[in-house]
Amino acid sequence: MKQMQIKKWFSITQADNIPLREGRSVQVAGHTIAIFNLGDRFLAIENNCPHRGGPLSDGIVSGRTVVCPLHAWKIDLESGQATNRTEENLCVKTFATAVREGVVMLELSITGDQPVAVRPPCVVRTSEPFSAMSAGD
Amino acid sequence: MNRLVVVGNGMAGVACVEQILRHAPKFDITVFGDETHVNYNRILLSSVLAGEKAADDIVLNSLDWYAKNDIRLRLGVRVGDVDPVAKTVTGDDGSVTPFDQLLLATGSNPLIPPIEGTKKQGVYVFRNLDDTRALLDRAGQGIKAVVIGGGLLGLEAARGLKVQGCEVTVVHLMDTLMERQLDPTGGGYLKSKMECLGVRVLLQSSTTAILGNDKVEGVAFADGSAIDANLVVIAAGIRPNAELGKKAGLEVNRGIVVNDFMETSHPDIFAVGECVEHNGVCYGLVAPLLEQGKILAATITGNKGPRYAGTVTAAKLKIAGVDVFSAGDFSEKAPATDVVRYEDAALGTYKKLTLRDGKLVGAILVGDTSDSHRYMDWLRTGEDITPRRKQLLFPGPSVDKGFDVAEMPDTKVVCGCIGVSKGAIIEAIHTRGVNTLAQLKECTRASTGCGSCTEHCQQLLKAVVPEFREESEKVLCKCLPYGEEKLRDIVRGQRIFGVQEVLDIYGNGLGCEICKPALSYLMDVVWCGDHDEDRSARFINDRVHANIQKDGTFSVVPRMRGGVTSAKELHRIADVAEKYNVPMVKVTGSQRIDLLGVKKSDLPKVWADLGMPSGQAYTKGVRMVKTCVGTDFCRFGVQDSTKTGIELERRLEHLFTPAKVKMGAVGCPRNCAEATVKDIGLIGQEGTWQVVVGGAAGKKVRKADLLITVESTEEALQAATLFFQYYRENANFLERTYDFIERVGIEKVRRETVYAPLAAQQGLRERLRKSKRLARDAWLEGAEPRHPTQFVQIEPIEEVCR
Repeated sequence: MKQMQIKKWFSITQADNIPLREGRSVQVAGHTIAIFNLGDRFLAIENNCPHRGGPLSDGIVSGRTVVCPLHAWKIDLESGQATNRTEENLCVKTFATAVREGVVMLELSITGDQPVAVRPPCVVRTSEPFSAMSAGD
Repeated sequence: MNRLVVVGNGMAGVACVEQILRHAPKFDITVFGDETHVNYNRILLSSVLAGEKAADDIVLNSLDWYAKNDIRLRLGVRVGDVDPVAKTVTGDDGSVTPFDQLLLATGSNPLIPPIEGTKKQGVYVFRNLDDTRALLDRAGQGIKAVVIGGGLLGLEAARGLKVQGCEVTVVHLMDTLMERQLDPTGGGYLKSKMECLGVRVLLQSSTTAILGNDKVEGVAFADGSAIDANLVVIAAGIRPNAELGKKAGLEVNRGIVVNDFMETSHPDIFAVGECVEHNGVCYGLVAPLLEQGKILAATITGNKGPRYAGTVTAAKLKIAGVDVFSAGDFSEKAPATDVVRYEDAALGTYKKLTLRDGKLVGAILVGDTSDSHRYMDWLRTGEDITPRRKQLLFPGPSVDKGFDVAEMPDTKVVCGCIGVSKGAIIEAIHTRGVNTLAQLKECTRASTGCGSCTEHCQQLLKAVVPEFREESEKVLCKCLPYGEEKLRDIVRGQRIFGVQEVLDIYGNGLGCEICKPALSYLMDVVWCGDHDEDRSARFINDRVHANIQKDGTFSVVPRMRGGVTSAKELHRIADVAEKYNVPMVKVTGSQRIDLLGVKKSDLPKVWADLGMPSGQAYTKGVRMVKTCVGTDFCRFGVQDSTKTGIELERRLEHLFTPAKVKMGAVGCPRNCAEATVKDIGLIGQEGTWQVVVGGAAGKKVRKADLLITVESTEEALQAATLFFQYYRENANFLERTYDFIERVGIEKVRRETVYAPLAAQQGLRERLRKSKRLARDAWLEGAEPRHPTQFVQIEPIEEVCR
């Protein structure tokens, strides 16, 4: 049977789980994705630096760019392009994001007839209320 | 000799006297000043209030200067009367002083609007040094300050009070801040900049009364509302102080009327500065006063000729991080006005130029005033700028910075405040032996006004003086136009506790991988750990307290003080290595054990199982004290290096440093633990310790310099910690001790640490103690993470099954 690729929005995590100007990685639908909190929006890219596969989610955010923690390559979070290089193709995939009711959503391609399992929202260990740690952390 | 009496010891009067002294005929000069201070730079009072400068720093003419020039100085005497016929002035001390020529430089008075209750305790004006001191006395944490007036002075006062810890509200009558200098758009940007600084701004608010019995308790507005206040500053403008002019029977409108030669209606009475009115205009800025002073000096010394033609005035807000410049006529209404505009709301940059007949007539710059000199020049010369129409807002980049200076004509004014041309600076360099910026200031007064031409002065010095060494330091990165020393001053002086705040106010608001970690360190060291820690500004290693490896896993090095361990510890390390399938266990060069290849999510469990503190092997911090076996077992040991090394490590561990700090302690000069190539080394000898610093055996090999030789172990530890804190406070981020020492020089390091005055040593120790009190083992965050997902991999809420 021929399967077709369709695009679908997925609930990923509570927005509070990604601190301001930081990134977190998530594995979903076969992708490892880095999601960044830029304050006014969230942006998501493939979590593999085009240089040596460094975990971009661990990088320092500089405006709209993330700096890879391994060798400081700079990746534009909107285009996925490595901005410190001139070669084309040196880029990572980008994913559309949205925030609905405090939950970060990602738009992902999946194969047509796969079932989708829904779990209760991610609960994480917390020693302080979320609201107290968004900005300074 | 003609007797010249000068009433007014302010910038205008004294600057005019300086000019008079350059001319041939000598006068017998008496200067009256109603303040008790020598002449100081009034425009820098806001810097004093903001804690950037001390009162002494803004003195323009010291007592020596008056003495050297045989000027009789009568401080604290207010001249209350002038007799234009008998030609005498009468002071409030009863003295009567005769004159042949009289120079009135009485300046201006603060304008007090018709508000009820302005006499209450806690109501201030902001005009002179005494006002500034009174404000500094009153200001502080918990004080609610209201500044009435959102003009230049009011905003500067507001920022100063904010820095002093007050909660500040600026109340402005109009709908635009600095409406005489800015259009509504520019005013809007300025308002948001002020709000960024934590100053509240109320526009279109007409103050009707200051509330309270004797003391200020609040401020009431025309709309019936009111706010609390314990301190009120009235900065509603100034009015020329023409009182004496009236008493002398001179022609007076708003100010004392003068002609193009700065003569009044009395042949022997002259006037200069804010108290005069020329062609219907009264000036309240520095540049015109100085221009007037030059003209008047020529007139009064019998060299009458030069005419004063009015001044194109420019206003510059002196609030660090809030760049505002305005000059000329920015109104768009006049016919045939062309407007060139640029704005970037995110960066808070706004530029507007107004042109008529191909000439620049006005300029507004908010957020970036780096081009103000260019515009000021076009305004002054009235040059036809039509050929440059396409590059008005963005000049093509010059080949290098020196290029601009070389291209400048000699007549070009470099220092707009004092009016010093490029030619005058070059002449001073050649004929008066000027070699440094300080000498240039002393000699020509250039860059002693608002200071914005300092860079141009430095460039000129660099171009003309062969041995000139630039006094400015290297800029950290493109995000912030400051060096680290200046940044430390800013952070300390402006009481900033967070990295993003520095970037928002003083930088591009973004930051990068270079400045963010550097600023994070700077915050930590300036506030001794009592800052707002922002993990997003930290490198990943400092977010999860482990060293990232090429595959995204981490390495874990527990602290093993002095390289001494135990069977129990080794068991635990071995158990951890097995339990978490650690791919490599390695003995490091620092006498410790490294567990390589640990997953981020395992870090908290690994730390808990190890039960040992962080070895800080992942950060710019205290690494280790490598020791030899000392006196317990070694046949040769003469000092207990093992115990001493462990103690040194305990005293400094968990602290952060500009770059990693590796230390060593050896029990005899055989130097088995290589203390002579460590950042700090203790070398035991018979009866003494040598404390050495700045050694390296890395990318660079360098033998450490001797800091001091001491007798007791405690003295050795004290010397080492003094150096440690001095390095923490003065080195640039990522600067190892060996580069730091080569930059600063070991002599200076000794002078400022082990040979420093006791108070300085105590200061270093106290700040180190404070930092140490707040420092803690980073691995405790394993059990109490700063953020719930600090070590945790995010699990998607909706999972896609494959």
